[in-house]
Amino acid sequence: MIITHPVLGPRDAQEFTYLGDASLIHRPDPEADDATGAFHEYLYQRENIAGEHRELWFHEQGDRSWLVVTRNTLTHEVLDVEFANDVARREGRSQ
Amino acid sequence: MRNSAFQVFKQALQGDVGWKPVWRSPDPKPEYDFIIVGGGGHGLATAYYLAKKYRQANVAVLEKGWIGSGNVGRNTTIIRSNYLLDGNEPFYEFSMKLWEGLEQELNYNAMVSQRGIINLFHTDSQRDAFVRRGNAMRLNGVDAVLLDREALRKECPFLNFDNARFPILGGLSQPRGGTVRHDAVAWGYARGADQHGVDIIQNCEATGFLISDGVCTGVATPRGQIRAKKVGVAVAGSSSRVMAKAGMRLPIESHVLQAFVSEGLKPIIPGVVTFGAGHFYVSQSNKGGLVFGGDIDGYNTYAQRGNLPTVEDVCEGGVAIMPMIGRARLLRMWGGVVDMSMDGSPIIDKTHIEGLYFNGGWCYGGFKATPASGVAFAHLLATDSPHETATAYRFDRFSRGYMIDEKGMGAQPNLH
Amino acid sequence: MNQPYRINGGQIDRSQPIGFTFDGKEYQGFKGDTVASALIANGVKLVGRSFKYHRPRGIFSAGSDEPNALMTIGEGARATPNTRATVVELYDGMTVQSQNRFPSLKFDALAVNDLFAPFLSAGFYYKTFMWPAQFWEKLYEPMIRRAAGLGALSGAPDPDRYDKGFLHCDVLVIGAGPAGMMAALVAGQAGLRVILADEDFEMGGRLSCEREVINGDASLVWVRQVSDALSSMSNVRLMKRTTVYGVYDHGIYGAVTRNTDHLAAKTEKPRETLWRIYTKRSVLAAGATERSIAISNNDRPGVMLSSAVRTYANRFGALCGKRVVVVSNNTDGLRTADVVRTSGAEVSAVFDTRQSVMPFDIRGAQTVRSIKLSDGRKIDADCIAISGGWNPNIHLTCHKRGRPLWREDIAAFVPNKDELPSEMEVAGAANGSFSTQQCLREGAQAGARAVQALGKSAGAVDIPQAGDAPFEITPFWEMKGVKGRAWVDPQNDVTVKDIKLAAQEGFRSVELLKRYTTLGMATDQGKASNVLGLAILADSLGQSIPETGTTIYRPPYTPVSISAFAGASRYEHFRPVRETPSHYWAKEQGAVFVDAGLWRRAQYFPRSGETHWRHTVDREVVATRGSVGICDVTTLGKIDIQGADAAAFLNRVYANAMAKLAVGKCRYGLMLREDGIAMDDGTVARLSDTHFVMTTTTANAVGVYRHLEFCRQCLWPNMDVRLISVTEQWAQYAIAGPNSRKLLQKIIDKDHDISNEAFPYMACGEVTVCGGVRARLFRLSFSGELAFELGVPARYGDSLIKALMSAGEEFGVTPYGTEALGVMRIEKGHAAGNELNGQRTAQDLSLGGFVSKKKDCIGKVLSQREGLKGEDGFRLVGFKPVNQADPLTAGAHLIARGNSAEASNDEGYLSSVAYSPSLRSYVGLGFLKRGQERIGEEIRAVDLLMRSDVFVTVCSPHFIDPEGERLRA
Repeated sequence: MIITHPVLGPRDAQEFTYLGDASLIHRPDPEADDATGAFHEYLYQRENIAGEHRELWFHEQGDRSWLVVTRNTLTHEVLDVEFANDVARREGRSQ
Repeated sequence: MRNSAFQVFKQALQGDVGWKPVWRSPDPKPEYDFIIVGGGGHGLATAYYLAKKYRQANVAVLEKGWIGSGNVGRNTTIIRSNYLLDGNEPFYEFSMKLWEGLEQELNYNAMVSQRGIINLFHTDSQRDAFVRRGNAMRLNGVDAVLLDREALRKECPFLNFDNARFPILGGLSQPRGGTVRHDAVAWGYARGADQHGVDIIQNCEATGFLISDGVCTGVATPRGQIRAKKVGVAVAGSSSRVMAKAGMRLPIESHVLQAFVSEGLKPIIPGVVTFGAGHFYVSQSNKGGLVFGGDIDGYNTYAQRGNLPTVEDVCEGGVAIMPMIGRARLLRMWGGVVDMSMDGSPIIDKTHIEGLYFNGGWCYGGFKATPASGVAFAHLLATDSPHETATAYRFDRFSRGYMIDEKGMGAQPNLH
Repeated sequence: MNQPYRINGGQIDRSQPIGFTFDGKEYQGFKGDTVASALIANGVKLVGRSFKYHRPRGIFSAGSDEPNALMTIGEGARATPNTRATVVELYDGMTVQSQNRFPSLKFDALAVNDLFAPFLSAGFYYKTFMWPAQFWEKLYEPMIRRAAGLGALSGAPDPDRYDKGFLHCDVLVIGAGPAGMMAALVAGQAGLRVILADEDFEMGGRLSCEREVINGDASLVWVRQVSDALSSMSNVRLMKRTTVYGVYDHGIYGAVTRNTDHLAAKTEKPRETLWRIYTKRSVLAAGATERSIAISNNDRPGVMLSSAVRTYANRFGALCGKRVVVVSNNTDGLRTADVVRTSGAEVSAVFDTRQSVMPFDIRGAQTVRSIKLSDGRKIDADCIAISGGWNPNIHLTCHKRGRPLWREDIAAFVPNKDELPSEMEVAGAANGSFSTQQCLREGAQAGARAVQALGKSAGAVDIPQAGDAPFEITPFWEMKGVKGRAWVDPQNDVTVKDIKLAAQEGFRSVELLKRYTTLGMATDQGKASNVLGLAILADSLGQSIPETGTTIYRPPYTPVSISAFAGASRYEHFRPVRETPSHYWAKEQGAVFVDAGLWRRAQYFPRSGETHWRHTVDREVVATRGSVGICDVTTLGKIDIQGADAAAFLNRVYANAMAKLAVGKCRYGLMLREDGIAMDDGTVARLSDTHFVMTTTTANAVGVYRHLEFCRQCLWPNMDVRLISVTEQWAQYAIAGPNSRKLLQKIIDKDHDISNEAFPYMACGEVTVCGGVRARLFRLSFSGELAFELGVPARYGDSLIKALMSAGEEFGVTPYGTEALGVMRIEKGHAAGNELNGQRTAQDLSLGGFVSKKKDCIGKVLSQREGLKGEDGFRLVGFKPVNQADPLTAGAHLIARGNSAEASNDEGYLSSVAYSPSLRSYVGLGFLKRGQERIGEEIRAVDLLMRSDVFVTVCSPHFIDPEGERLRA
């Protein structure tokens, strides 16, 4: 597979390390009332989508950026690649 | 019709016209006591044991395509019970014992072949971990032998003892481990289930569940609704997709596992050998092909095909420990979708929806579990209580903190 | 030497005769021959045996679809089994062996199987061999295994070299026949970077094998002109002997080039090169493969594909028979008769399957002798050329799970345009367009489309004039109503009857059929048999072929050597080696090395007279604890952390508090995974308000860094913190023992005070050594002694170890390796990899108090789950043998005194053990249920594998200096 890095351009997926669903960005509030339940959902439960899947890849043998890659899990077509950093900020990870 | 050498002889003399279909192709009835969704190894085994062991006469298996078309139809055929953890070892040993009597039980030769499995180790701490594991096996009454370098050399002289990047120090051997002719397992269970009255309905996808007031009363299919008192789902790589139809999210990701087979060769590798410092395991089939595999590709996918980095990684591992196989040619490679769970261990449990039961999360190792999974799931469906060997395989183990994590990799499916 | 079946013509070089042996007998061929064509020229008909019945087999095809003529080529460690004679270029001195026969090809003992064939029908083995149960492994299976298999591996390591390469292009053209050459020409002329790959060793595809005319000349003239034109273009790369074996995601194609198999003299060149080709567009012009017709005894040597008979005559000047019968259901197959006639052989008969009279049976034993007709007549023949039509080579269109379509007019599967890989075009015969004119036109069009797709314009394309006869076929799959067996898969011995039996038994899906009968599972991957088998299945089910389905084609297109996939990553080069800056120094000292991940570390430093590694390790420990020792700890992960929020960041990633760590101080840190399990431990040193250096374990350095970047970039993107791994930038040594300070004082420049008062336990700071070399000093102790870690930029690492050693001479300084390091950390009760194995909580590690109650950290919430907090869980404790002389073994399980050794009594295990020279006894660390409450209890450590069962006393894990006086000295 090829992942088109937002800055470095097309790179072989072998340069990257895969983590999983991009929802892992949204670490729950540890102070919330049902923090244990929320963390259980966050860490263990997966949509595991057959279709467009937003997922985290780490450019380990590159610039060490985490990317959010939107990829179709049925066809492997890559639809979008963004810096996870930007996504996290945009999606409200303020701190 | 009973299978036997005599029968083969008799039928041959009559031009083989007397053989009947191994299973019927019935139309679905409007209602069953039990519906098993998924006509793979686990689903068929479940149906068989429901009918045979738990005396349930009114059972159907629904299969989207043709039976055995999932992972039981393409895997590397290994059976073993060399697990470390309490939650696993008794279950896999139960499975091993069922394998040992399977052919007589089913009257079908699935070629259960206990030629042994050896896991190589390459460092002292790996040896320590294997000693711990081997002792856990022995304490459970399972065979395990630690081979030092010289003992290993006697069993596997073809390994690279001379100039390996990671020296081979020894291996943990389970002599009762081995291989089984994988397709025959599906066919044998299908035949047995059919003979006990189970309706095996191919090309009949469960497109939805009939759920009202938190109770599942059947499934929707293109051939109409089929009602059931209990519905059990055993669909491996499709687990999340199917259970999503019941509104459930699972602690499972779907990944691709590639496997490989070489051209036929005269016998050269006796049992199963697993590399401990790379991703490679191999056995040789009765037809002579080297059957081998390695790690999953590592990204979520339903595509049933993998990519080259894994192919190369696996072959590198193979040549690293067995430089003699290099001149053999890789004949076929394929990818199967595996249901990787969050701790690397399976789930056989009720769901929060009454009447709906789930069996999945087998990762890349479901084949060896087929018989025990069948019994355990049948037991759960028939009695509403977990089988004694499968008490740990619950959904709530993640929320309660009782993970069964053999590899110690944590909540990251692609590392198990 | 005599080549009785050699005729004039062809593209072989008669000026270069080549000698070779087949099963020990000498033969001669010419340069340009394949093994198959040379055997045919020599009149050799019998070349192999089938898999199951060991029936005689002859050459069937002239290409990579060959199911029968499998040979072992070469000798000794270079012997390559299962090689298709039809694609192997002959070289002088080649040794060729037939396979799967004993004692000889002519008299094969297992041919007796054929007599029992009625009892060995499809799937018979699933129905028998079950009684008595234990006979399977002991008798039946070994018998079956010995009989099975094709060729044999030598058993010796493959001595050849292999390489891998990466290629990038605009257009990859697969197949150098008329379509592929036109596509390459068009794309090349448009200035695109083009790769044209073909599995053959000559360009031209079928044009080399037929008597086609292009633009009024023999087609080979055109082939030569276009080859020359393409060769002259710097933007075009021609790759002969290169099989594109697979299509992968995003325009990545797998290919393999056979570099040396055709050379008599073995060179240093890699035998094969595995390519990953990254292309923007591809044109599949892989041609088509002919198929046969099921006729009774159609497996006899001399029964061939019709096109193969033409290929051997036209390309190789070799006659497949002197009395040839032609059987065809299509216009193309009938052309063979002309070729045979004009080659000087006799055409005994031509059967168009639309005729009423048809061959009924093929007679002969080890070669064809005659055919019997449905009207009872007999015709003498030594070669039967059969054409059942052509299958386009659509394999690569299916590698991404595209499903082909059935085209009734050519009775074949063609690519489904809607399911092609997005970058792919298909042209020519691979697309079901069989005439040369169509191939040229489609190739040019596909090339032009690729050019356009890449935003360039193709110039005017001149399409050459060539034959455009229509291809007409009337499907005819099997000769029905005959008694004998008719073969579908000649290698695996799958007959029409087997397919019908499978259907009768309910194996009605093609995939089930394949699995039950082994149809198409042979080394030709079904090229010779799949479509024919499918048609026969469809017929017996009373369905159409599209209703019955097709099987999925998977990579590789043809088998690829495992060595090629491994490339140069073999033996000691399997994975790279990481060496520390003191590596060469340690080597000079005679160190024994050990692998730690990719790192190679000094394990111990034996001295003369020491006969066992334990002598050495004991000495190293005693010397360190007695005076001073030095160990290279460069491999520990080192992460540099800077930024205004660095302290806050560390406070979140470590379980214990880090925010208030003072500048100039170090602290031990325990990191959890988010699931609450211990991930790693290490130290943090605060060099300034905004600057920290973290150490990790060697094993987890990469994973911890990745995790920290995840926290920084994904969880807390607005924190002002930056991370970089500096593991390789700093050489680091542990200097341990009561004299370590004295030694360091000789090395560290005088303006840095490292006295206990100025530089106490857990102090850290930047210093200079050896007269101004920048360094970092940490007062950390893994051994439990007064100890320091000294880091210098990696380029000074080699000098520093030498300087330390010479400065330490007066103290008897001793270098120690990972073994002594391990002994001392076990004596001190520190957890390491065996304890931090991804399954243990902070509480299990007796570090529960480390998880700060005052703040959040990664892993805190989920570490509160019931299963991770239970009071009856494991605790890390120490163990001493009750009888001081008893050895301990790591991995032994713990059973309470009086209990039997079984799983229900299992209470834990020993994770790490060592012989402690300080205590003169083995000591161990391990996990015991409720261990914290059981100090002083005597318990069994049972190791059934090592046959050891000893009593041990549960004790504190801190065997040495539990109060920590030494390390604060």
